[in-house]
Amino acid sequence: MSLEKQDVQKIAHLARLSLSDQDAEEYQHSLSSVLDLVEQMQSVDTDGVEPLSNPLEATQRLREDVVTEQDRREAFLSNAPQTESGLFLVPQVID
Amino acid sequence: MIDQNIRSLAQKLRKKELSSVELTQDYLKRINEIDPQFNSFITVTDELALAQAQAADNAIANGETSPLTGIPVAHKDLFCTEGVLTTCASKILHNFVPPYESTVTARIKAAGAVALGKTNMDEFAMGSSNENSYFGAVKNPWNINTVPGGSSGGSAAAVAAGLCVAATGTDTGGSIRQPASFCGITGLKPTYGRVSRFGMIAYASSLDQAGPMARSAEDCAYLLQSFAGFDTNDSTSSETATEGYLASIDSPLAGLKIGLPKEYFGDGLDSDVAQVIMDAVKEFEKLGATVQEISLPNLNLSIPSYYVIAPSEASSNLSRFDGVRYGHRCEDPKDLLDMYMRTRSEGFGKEVQKRIMVGTYALSEGYYDAYYVKAQRIRRLIKEDFVKAYQEVDVIMGPVAPTTAFGLGEKTTDPVAMYLEDIYTLSVNLAGIPAMSVPAGFSNGMPVGLQIMGNYFDEAKLLNVAHKFQQATDWHTQTPSLVKGA
Repeated sequence: MSLEKQDVQKIAHLARLSLSDQDAEEYQHSLSSVLDLVEQMQSVDTDGVEPLSNPLEATQRLREDVVTEQDRREAFLSNAPQTESGLFLVPQVID
Repeated sequence: MIDQNIRSLAQKLRKKELSSVELTQDYLKRINEIDPQFNSFITVTDELALAQAQAADNAIANGETSPLTGIPVAHKDLFCTEGVLTTCASKILHNFVPPYESTVTARIKAAGAVALGKTNMDEFAMGSSNENSYFGAVKNPWNINTVPGGSSGGSAAAVAAGLCVAATGTDTGGSIRQPASFCGITGLKPTYGRVSRFGMIAYASSLDQAGPMARSAEDCAYLLQSFAGFDTNDSTSSETATEGYLASIDSPLAGLKIGLPKEYFGDGLDSDVAQVIMDAVKEFEKLGATVQEISLPNLNLSIPSYYVIAPSEASSNLSRFDGVRYGHRCEDPKDLLDMYMRTRSEGFGKEVQKRIMVGTYALSEGYYDAYYVKAQRIRRLIKEDFVKAYQEVDVIMGPVAPTTAFGLGEKTTDPVAMYLEDIYTLSVNLAGIPAMSVPAGFSNGMPVGLQIMGNYFDEAKLLNVAHKFQQATDWHTQTPSLVKGA
């Protein structure tokens, strides 16, 4: 399957990645070759086969709806690039 | 000390023939002198290791010991370690100091082991060569012009070079077994859910599994015993009770039924590697096992289905790296979208960006059914092949990889050639069964690993089978000439 450069830029945007034109060209070839590889799946008849998302077919275990975590705000904020007044700081979102 | 196993070191420590501080100093000195040529460590925690060693010596003096008390180990740099830099070999986490500890490292710490530091790896565990690290490639101690395998290549190289007694690794598509094979050590990928994933930086959540890497199966058993088992912090952790992995390790193999999948011995397998594997199988026959040919007909489909499922899960897991709460953030973003996009492009390496984009594509509208759901249907076919095989045999054997360690840079320009290297390991992760790599011989001076695959939660059987082989052979005791006597 051959991707166009604009396809790669569209996928990159969806993935929140910023690509230069040169990068997009490079990924165009490597992504196309990976998609060619995975195309092999289409030759297999899987009608009636149930998808398997967990190898043990386990379902998500739930816990009781009670608070068990302690307040560790300072510890979690300590790795943030920018904080202010105990909050994560990001560029302005709304004008 | 590099030829000593955990059992003999533990005896020496208990008899006070050696202190953990002396042992730890010896390993730290070796890391300082030898590792610059291999680059197997990202972070060495000298002060912390010596403090833990002193605590271990105190515990031993008080008679409070486990088999791991005072034993120096290393951790793959994707296990979160409280207060210790944890990078996942990525620029985006180059400054991340976790405020919490992973279950695996916490349990090893609680068993009294000494943590020497964090080992190098492919960025976010994506790779089969350990060339995709922000901190540079790891070199194979058997030949520094070759790769150690990936993604746990740093752990494998560190064990092979005698820079730690044992190490932790993780295996999403072969990332414990293939580097173990390339570096001539023993590595075990347990059943999915056998070991908690809490505090492991996720690559592909339905495939990732932590496991031990060491020189011998017995040492792997000691390590696995310390960290296997149910964990309430991981919602996918299995409640199936753990076994005593050392209790049955010496059981005789008479009557063991070994299956050899014909698909593992076809085109693409190096003839020398094939010969080593067949010689190893003959050794098992001498130990009383019987061998029969079996079929795993969907083996070839494991590559395409894996390279849809793993990137899809990765694209979701890695969405958390947005420059808001931790890690790298780009300079002077003009708005939130600009911050996300430039942060991620600057922070992630090319292989990671490629897999995120493959996953994003596979999960996007119009392609979800054709790629992601199709891959999951094929995953079930692969699992059914194994379920059927284990109705006939106890374990399955074959090669880990088609070749021995390849040259640095040899496959970096051809992603598909690199992905094909994983042909014999991926199906194990898709099915969720346990599997090991055990040193079985050499080809042109480079180690060859025998892969032993078991039924669900049959880790004790795998360790038993590997241990009996290692009692009959000495491949696992071989040391690279580059590190002998160093």
